[in-house]
Amino acid sequence: MKSGKEQTADLRWALQKRMKEVLGRSLHIRHVDSGSCNGCDFEMNTLTNPIYDIQRFGVDFVASPRHADMLMVTGGVTRHLEEALIKTYNAASEPKMVVAIGACACSGGIFGRTYANYGGIDHIVPVYVYVPGCPPRPEAIIEGILLALDRYEELSRNKGENRH
Amino acid sequence: MFSFDRFRHFLTVKTLINPLDPTFPSVAVQLPAANWYEREVKDLLGLRPQGHPDPRPLVLHGDWPEDLHPLRKDFPLDQHAPRVQSREAFMRYDSEDVTEIPVGPIHAGIIEPGHFRFGAVGDTILHLDARLFFTHRGLEKASEGMPVQKALFLAERICGVCALSHSIAFAQAIERAGNVTIPPRADYLRTLFLELERLYNHIGDVGNICAGFGFAVGISQGARLKEELQQLNERITGHRYLRGVVSLGGMRADVTEQEREDIYQTLQYVKKEFKELVDLLLTHDIAINRMATTGILRLEHANDLEVVGVAARASGRSVDIRRDQPYAAYDRVHFHVPVYKEGDVLARIRVRIDEVFESFSIIKQLLQQLLDGDIRTNIPNLTPYRSAMGWCESPRGETVHWVMIGPNQTVYRYRVRSATYSNWPAVPLAVKGNIVPDFPLINKSFELCYACCDR
Repeated sequence: MKSGKEQTADLRWALQKRMKEVLGRSLHIRHVDSGSCNGCDFEMNTLTNPIYDIQRFGVDFVASPRHADMLMVTGGVTRHLEEALIKTYNAASEPKMVVAIGACACSGGIFGRTYANYGGIDHIVPVYVYVPGCPPRPEAIIEGILLALDRYEELSRNKGENRH
Repeated sequence: MFSFDRFRHFLTVKTLINPLDPTFPSVAVQLPAANWYEREVKDLLGLRPQGHPDPRPLVLHGDWPEDLHPLRKDFPLDQHAPRVQSREAFMRYDSEDVTEIPVGPIHAGIIEPGHFRFGAVGDTILHLDARLFFTHRGLEKASEGMPVQKALFLAERICGVCALSHSIAFAQAIERAGNVTIPPRADYLRTLFLELERLYNHIGDVGNICAGFGFAVGISQGARLKEELQQLNERITGHRYLRGVVSLGGMRADVTEQEREDIYQTLQYVKKEFKELVDLLLTHDIAINRMATTGILRLEHANDLEVVGVAARASGRSVDIRRDQPYAAYDRVHFHVPVYKEGDVLARIRVRIDEVFESFSIIKQLLQQLLDGDIRTNIPNLTPYRSAMGWCESPRGETVHWVMIGPNQTVYRYRVRSATYSNWPAVPLAVKGNIVPDFPLINKSFELCYACCDR
């Protein structure tokens, strides 16, 4: 059996390969914190550290939703961030792949639905892939990106569109 | 509730309020630290402070109806309130020489949300309005009626990187309410994991502060060593952020002989590498130049606002609840509380660096003293409507949890006062007179979690 390190390395190479196949270019991600505890945010940050370093494989976190292929949303959408999430979603370019990162984004987590929290991002925006975990490990987030690429490929094929 | 560290006593002041006219005299002018608490109590409970200098809403944003108060018992947890005309207000400037720069709530990097509005003259910041509480999830209300065992999981999800501090503060409050003394081994283990939490935070923060002035070596080394420590956390406890480690009445995670050795070996390595980074950073002229005299928080301001944690100790305010109101096994280990007078970014990074070495020393002592025995004891039936407090020095400073027990082992009321809540009001004072491009650096040097503050 492969060691954890080797498996992580495999995941990253798979990421590069699938990005080339499906998108034909690198992948740009915009992060939106819709009211998380910051655990998921830190795990996303971890992906750019020298250990995981997914930038080396062609994935980058960008400053503007206009430049993003994918939105990674953490948190269960608070009342105070609903507008920010909607504006970011509207500003993102197609195909607007939304990946829900963590239990809160997927289903509201332990906080659930309150006067201040919607309890899951799919109440507000359509979701491509759900990545559960509290927070999900960095490898799980990479896996989530891979699933989103699969989904994108499938949807493009169904639409009969040119994938590139 | 006041804490008198010198006498190791807490003092609770109680007063009755007329339910038909829920007002009370404000003390925010005499005691600036009370400013936010009074505004919060007005938002969430509808108790109005008379003579408060700032009428703006705090925890709930301006589009929340003014007459709805979610923490009142007749307000259902999931009630949806309509959005009303916003009461939000920011500083207005009469001069055309002042440029307003709005930033956020969504920022350029992977950072938590907050809205900052700078009033700048050229490059220099005249005034900063910080609009926070974007991540307010209403978790204190969500805890009401929740079994205390489940509420522990809620407590450790208040914040990702202070998860353990929150869970231990909550557990202590419940244990105090039930008159439970936890086994000595659990005390040691709690202290051990709390220091591991401080280590990965402080080392990560030192790296992150380097990002404030583009010092790439520092950023990468800080992130790499933080990852080493988080992987150690995972090997020992199964969780990179130390969640699920604590139970009410003790610990869920134990440390085997082999794991003890792992901690020892990993820390030896991290210590050596961290020392190299520190030697590089603190002898680098450009790094020092950027950090020294940047973002000074004056002692007078720190005292007025009752600032805690790293920010307090970097401004000459010697507070550390590990020493002042010892809990877990902190009264059985020796450590030094570093204090610097300068109050600038450099002082805040120095406090963290010194504390990292103190943590290495504390962990070494703990590993030597670790007693055999049970790690958990049972929580008896809790008396309803009894209240108790638990506290913890999180990596950001003192975090206090107050809990009132409800019927059938549930939470009746809960209030979390995180270190960040005490320190945020100080940030606008520290940025005044600095240049706009230094704001990220100053902000990073305080390293406040929005999630802790907003709840």
